[in-house]
Amino acid sequence: MLATERESLRHEIAEMAEKYEHKRDGMMPILEAIQEKYRCVSDFAMQEVARQLGVFPTEVYGVVSFYSFLSTEPRGKFAIRLCRTLSCDFAGKKEVARQLENELGVKFGGTTPDGLFSLEYCNCLGMCDHGPAMLVNNDVYTEVSPELVSEILEKYRRMFGPASQLEEAEAHHG
Amino acid sequence: MASVIHIMERYEAGSGLKKALELSRTEVIRQIRESGIRGRGGAGFPTAVKWNLCAAAQSPKKFLVCNADEGEPGTFKDRLLLTERPEALLDGITLGGYAIGAKLGVIYLRAEYAYMKPGLEAALAARREAKLLGKKVLGKDFEFDIEIRMGAGAYVCGEETALIESLEGSRGEPRNRPPYPVNTGLVGAPTSVNNVETLIACAHIMAKGPEWFRKHGTDVSTGSKLLSVSGDCAKPGVYEVAFGTTVSDILKLVGGEGAKAVQVGGASGRTVPAKQFGRKLGFEDLATGGSVIVIGPQRDMLDVAENFLDFFVEESCGQCTPCREGNPKLLEGVLLLKRGKCSVGYLRELQNLGRTMQVASKCGLGQSSANAFLDITEHFRSEILGRVPATKE
Ligand SMILES: Cc1cc2nc3c(=O)[nH]c(=O)nc-3n(C[C@H](O)[C@H](O)[C@H](O)COP(=O)(O)O)c2cc1C
Ligand code: SF4
Ligand code: FES
Repeated sequence: MLATERESLRHEIAEMAEKYEHKRDGMMPILEAIQEKYRCVSDFAMQEVARQLGVFPTEVYGVVSFYSFLSTEPRGKFAIRLCRTLSCDFAGKKEVARQLENELGVKFGGTTPDGLFSLEYCNCLGMCDHGPAMLVNNDVYTEVSPELVSEILEKYRRMFGPASQLEEAEAHHG
Repeated sequence: MASVIHIMERYEAGSGLKKALELSRTEVIRQIRESGIRGRGGAGFPTAVKWNLCAAAQSPKKFLVCNADEGEPGTFKDRLLLTERPEALLDGITLGGYAIGAKLGVIYLRAEYAYMKPGLEAALAARREAKLLGKKVLGKDFEFDIEIRMGAGAYVCGEETALIESLEGSRGEPRNRPPYPVNTGLVGAPTSVNNVETLIACAHIMAKGPEWFRKHGTDVSTGSKLLSVSGDCAKPGVYEVAFGTTVSDILKLVGGEGAKAVQVGGASGRTVPAKQFGRKLGFEDLATGGSVIVIGPQRDMLDVAENFLDFFVEESCGQCTPCREGNPKLLEGVLLLKRGKCSVGYLRELQNLGRTMQVASKCGLGQSSANAFLDITEHFRSEILGRVPATKE
C-alpha cells in the first residue's frame, strides 16, 4: 500500500472513530465500512482501528476473523456468495455452483486473477422460497439457473470497462 | 382443513402506537400479557414477562433491540415483514420502548439483508418528520429514536446475548445466562431483545385489543404464526396460520402432499416423519420460529443431515466443547453412514453424543444442533443403515 493510501485510510478511520466517540461499540460499523470500501480489513487498518478505539490489535483481529462478511484478504470487487443451505440445495444449487466455477475459472474460496470476482458459499439468505439464491455484493439473485449465471456475471463485467479493469488488476497485484 | 388467515395484514400506520401512548406503561404491558403472546423468534418466552422485567429494572439507560438477524435455515418471514410491513414494525419497536422505558431502539439487521437498509432508513426519516420518533413522540412526554446496526454474517448472532456482544463490537460469542439481558444487556443496561414478528404482533394487539388476538390459536399458543414454507412443494412462500394447525394441513395448503418428512423449525428444529404429520404447530408440541421445509420422497435423509451439520460446524462459535467438537463428530458419522461403514453400536454412541450436546452446550445453537441427526437416525433407520455406495467413477 502506498504511503498516501495509508494516510487517507488512517484519516478515514480517525473520522469514523470520532463519530462513535472512540467507543468500542463503533467497532462493527467501522470495520464494515472499511470492508465495503477496500474489500478487506488489512493489518494496517486493524492496527489503526485498535489505536482509535483503545483496544489491542489482536481484539480487532478476533472480530474480523469471526464474521464471514469481514476478511483480512481482499475479496473480489464483486463478492459472489451462493447459498448452500438445504432449500437451495433442493432447488439445484449444485448445478449453479458448477457453472459459476466454469464461468469464472476459479473454485469456491477463490478470486479471479483480475480481482473482479470472488466466489464463496454462504448460508441461508432468507430467499428459500425462490432458490437457488445468490448474493453479488448486496444484490440478491433468486431462482438462479446455470444458464443465468453468465448473464449475471456479464452485467457486472460491463459495469467495469476494459480500461478500469486493467487499473483494478494492477491495484490488486501491486 | 386449515386455512390461511390474515389477522396480521391490515394495519394503519401509527394506530397501535397512538393507543399505547394514551395508556400508562403498566397498562400497555398488562394488555400484552392479556393477549398471551409469546416470542416469535423461536424460544417462545412470554413477551409481557420480558417487558415487565425490563421495565422494573432500575437504570437511567435501557434499550429495545429488534432481532432482525433471521438466519435459521428456511426462515424468511422477517424478510417479508421488514420490506412490506415496516410501519407496523417501527410502531412495535416504539411502543415496546415506551413500555420498558427505553429511549433508543436498535434494529440488528443481518448483513445478508443490507439491501433493505435504504428503505428502512427512509421509513425512519419519514417517522421523524411525522413526529412518530423524536424528542416528543406524538406530542407526548416520551423521547424515542431508532438506529439500524448491521450484522456481518454469523448465524449465532441471532442468539440474543451473542447479538449484544456483536453490538458492543466483539466476537458474537453467547454469554452465560443469568444475568439475563433484561437486567444486564447492551453496554450493561437492561435490554429487551424481541423478534420482528413479535414486535409487529404487539403493534396489532395494541391497535385491536388483546381479545382480538386470543380469538386465534390455542390456549397455550395464542394468535397466528407466520410460516416460511420452502422445499419440495408446489406453492412455497409465507403463510399466516393459526397455532394448532397440523403438519398435514400445512402440506395440503402448500401442495406438499406425499412428502416423506417435514423439517419444522429449521436446521435446529425437528425432523417430522410422515407417520407424525398429525402433530400440531405450537409451543405445546412443535415449537417453531416458522421454518417449514418440505422433504419430498426422492430425497436422501442423510443429505439432509449432512447439509445441516455442515451448517452447524461452520456456524458454531467454538466457545464450548460439546458444540465445537460434537458437531464435526456427528458430521463424520453421517459420512460413515453414507459410505455404509457405520455399525449400530457406533451409531448408538453418536446418538449419546448428540444427547450430551443437547444438555451440555452453552447456548441454543449447540443445544439444538443434534436434533435433526437424532430424529433422522431414529425415524429413518431402514434408509440409512447398510448402504452400498455407488462405485466411484
Ligand atoms: C443460534 C440461535 C439463533 C437465533 N436466531 C434468531 C434470529 O435470527 N431471530 C430471532 O428473532 N431470534 C433468534 N434466536 C432467538 C433469540 O435468542 C431470542 O430468543 C429472540 O430474539 C427473542 O425474541 P422473541 O422473544 O420475540 O422471540 C436465536 C437463538 C439461537 C440460540
Ligand atoms: S453451543 Fe456452540 S455456538 Fe453456543 S456457545 Fe457453545 S460453541 Fe458457541
Ligand atoms: S436455503 Fe438458500 S436462501 Fe434459504
